[in-house]
Amino acid sequence: MSLLCETPNPSRRAVLMTGGALFAWAHLPRFARAADRRDPRLIVIVLRGALDGLSTVGPVGDPDYAGLHGDIALSLSGPNPALPLDGFFALNPAMPTFARLFKAGQATVVHAAATGYRDRSHFDGQDVLESGLPGPGNATTGWLNRALANLPAGERVAKAGGLAVGPSTPLVIRGAAPVLGWAPQALPAPGDALAARVLDLYNHRDPLLAAALQKGLDADRMAMSDEFDGKTMKPKGGLDNAAGMRQSAQGAAKLMASDDGPRIAALAFDGWDTHVNEGGATGRLANLLGGLDGAFEEFETGLGQRWQDTAIVAITEFGRTARINGTVGTDHGTGTVVLLAGGAVKGGRVVADWPGLKPAQLYEARDLAPTSDVRAVLKGLLADQFGLSAALLGDKVFPDSAAVKPMRDLTT
Amino acid sequence: MALPVSNAVPPDPALVALNRFGLGARPDDDLGKIAADARGFLKAELKQQDIALVSIEDPANAGLLDSTAAIQASMAANAERKAERDRMAQPTAEPTAMAAVSPDAKAKSTVPKVEADICRDEAQARFDKALNAGPGFVERLVGFWSNHFCVSVAKGQIVRACAGAFEREAIRPFVLGRFADMLLAVEHHPAMLFYLDNQQSIGPDSRAGKRRGRGLNENLAREILELHTLGVDGGYSQADVTSFAGVLTGWTMAGREGRLGEPGSFVFNTNAHQPGEAVLLGKTYPAGGMGQGEAALNDIARHPATARHIAGKLARHFIADDPPPQSVAHLAAVFTKTDGDLRALALALVDMPEAWSMPLAKLRAPFDYVMALRRAVGPSAGKEPQRTLGWLRALGEPLWQPPGPNGFPDHSDAWASAEGLKTRLDIAWQTAQQADDIGNPGDMLSTLIGASASAETREAIARAESRRQGLALLLMAPEFQRR
Repeated sequence: MSLLCETPNPSRRAVLMTGGALFAWAHLPRFARAADRRDPRLIVIVLRGALDGLSTVGPVGDPDYAGLHGDIALSLSGPNPALPLDGFFALNPAMPTFARLFKAGQATVVHAAATGYRDRSHFDGQDVLESGLPGPGNATTGWLNRALANLPAGERVAKAGGLAVGPSTPLVIRGAAPVLGWAPQALPAPGDALAARVLDLYNHRDPLLAAALQKGLDADRMAMSDEFDGKTMKPKGGLDNAAGMRQSAQGAAKLMASDDGPRIAALAFDGWDTHVNEGGATGRLANLLGGLDGAFEEFETGLGQRWQDTAIVAITEFGRTARINGTVGTDHGTGTVVLLAGGAVKGGRVVADWPGLKPAQLYEARDLAPTSDVRAVLKGLLADQFGLSAALLGDKVFPDSAAVKPMRDLTT
Repeated sequence: MALPVSNAVPPDPALVALNRFGLGARPDDDLGKIAADARGFLKAELKQQDIALVSIEDPANAGLLDSTAAIQASMAANAERKAERDRMAQPTAEPTAMAAVSPDAKAKSTVPKVEADICRDEAQARFDKALNAGPGFVERLVGFWSNHFCVSVAKGQIVRACAGAFEREAIRPFVLGRFADMLLAVEHHPAMLFYLDNQQSIGPDSRAGKRRGRGLNENLAREILELHTLGVDGGYSQADVTSFAGVLTGWTMAGREGRLGEPGSFVFNTNAHQPGEAVLLGKTYPAGGMGQGEAALNDIARHPATARHIAGKLARHFIADDPPPQSVAHLAAVFTKTDGDLRALALALVDMPEAWSMPLAKLRAPFDYVMALRRAVGPSAGKEPQRTLGWLRALGEPLWQPPGPNGFPDHSDAWASAEGLKTRLDIAWQTAQQADDIGNPGDMLSTLIGASASAETREAIARAESRRQGLALLLMAPEFQRR
């Protein structure tokens, strides 16, 4: 494990993934636990690829849901029943930890949420989500870093800097404030998602390369399933699989649990672009949700006493179509869920101004219509956890968003 | 390798220039402008003074050693290692002190690995040169000739120490010069003499041969004829090989003691040279010491079989895995007409209609792929040159370490393997993860590949679920793999 100081300076950044060296917190002045009991932490998990909110938290009480979401719709009956949250919404059964936290009042869902972005490009959507800017553009800094930069310098949160988990720093935490980089391993192998996409492209354009790559991937898979020689298994570390998500959360929790460790962290999990064979209560999406659920569990365990002051928020660039497509998946959409978990979260609620799923109620007759702004949720968390003012949030952290009021009372 | 997709329209001239001939586009390149005068773009690079050189006089290359100094450093380290081994082997007078040394500590030498350090610095200089080149056509020529006249660092520490210097001293000064001059520089160089065992070859009738009862080692003579000049079907016989080996006896490197000359430098050792005249390829070379071998090399450099052999390899490298026979014939004619002027050959390649009409079907060789990828992505995290050296090793073509004196293969089949493609996927992914700042991968596709990118590639990249995945897809796209 390597832990290296990262600043926006490219030469420092170049150090990030070299591996080997261990950067301790030694050069930072140790500071005593604050006099007031609270020592808030905020963890942002970016789910890249557009999470299907309707398969994560299904509106099982909506009469139009089952028809639209077809074979992959969640249901309270059947072999893998969804986990009821309230009388209307039920959670994907791949997420038992989140369900337990919800019951314990430590998890909340904000449904039918979206950023201000209304087109359907992943790249632009992620730019808007992570930069906090009103629209896509050449964003170089993220809202979480700007929040950090706008905290008073003496503040222990600002002093400890932020933590970027993964082989590359997510845009959301890039910027002027110091950020530490940490990755479970220097070189994650590419996940299956990329391999499948390259194979698909080769199948269409380059059969010879397709055949060679297919063989290479098959050989890899065989090596990994070789139960007689577990030690030679290739690491499966890309952050688009359950094991990688869990592993990265475990490492991040360890760093954040320390008294002089970072209070703010960003992680990015990939693989949510479920156009084909998405699955419902089981299958591809469920596997990924299991990984996210595992990450929540690792944070809960790893943060120990600090869990009570922690809020985790999982956000995605946009949702997916309400109606399943011709390949039992979903295409790019609009409204989706924001998931909140942590001891500091005022939980046990699904916050939603439910728009309904009738054709006329869908956004552009295809997507869950957004009724909450993701920025409102994020602003509320930053205001609650770190005391940032609405004026600052509306100007510096999320520029030109004064009209989007912070959603308060998300934390205890 | 057959074409992946039949393609009647000629390829984009900008891609021919940048990919078939060069090391790939960089973000600042303007494909439209390059396409407007693609031949001129390449020829301009060939015209630049000293474009191929990596000079140790240049402050940018401070720290690089000439081959003599590098070999001396290796000799000194080797002597230290030997002394250390001798000390370890000595039964010690103090058994308690001996017992304190663990077996592990015993096995590990404390002598710094100077050869590895030198080699790494040379690798860095090679990579920097490739990354900063304009089209990179000249660097491709350097790679071609370096592989043609390859040495391997696996041979021993001496070669590890001077493989980079060998390329700078014997290859680079001549890639736009005369083939005969390159041939002579190569066969005089200690790296080659050591790699192909010529320092052990002794004329049986020489003074040393008579005294020590030792004789010829044909390795260098055979490989010069088979690989460096005439080619395996070049019309030479075993008698020619034996005779030529005799001619080359005495071509060696001065040892550490310096009895023959400056340690680590080339010397002609008269005492080891087979005396008398020699017959090679039907021609008699009178006795003449080192001059006998130089005269023979000058002749075989101009042999028609050499012209055909070099023409065939150049065409295979730059035109296609199986080049049209007329391309080879044309290049061979140019070689002969210009007395092996390699700049004239490079220009002839650029002027060949086939170069601009054949589909971009050949896979990029590992070095070319890795450089193209680094040029495309720009600044990146990751420790260099170790990261790039590791990639080349993973792709089966570690820098300056070919499996044999015939060099790395130059045919797509060698690279389109299961492991090869899987490794390229890993590298593309790692590159995408480590890139400093990436823009929109769709825009990058337009910049790097341009309008001729297939609709499928465009769509795959546009649909990627993240920028980094999109970049990895771009780096894996057929348009990026093939040139």
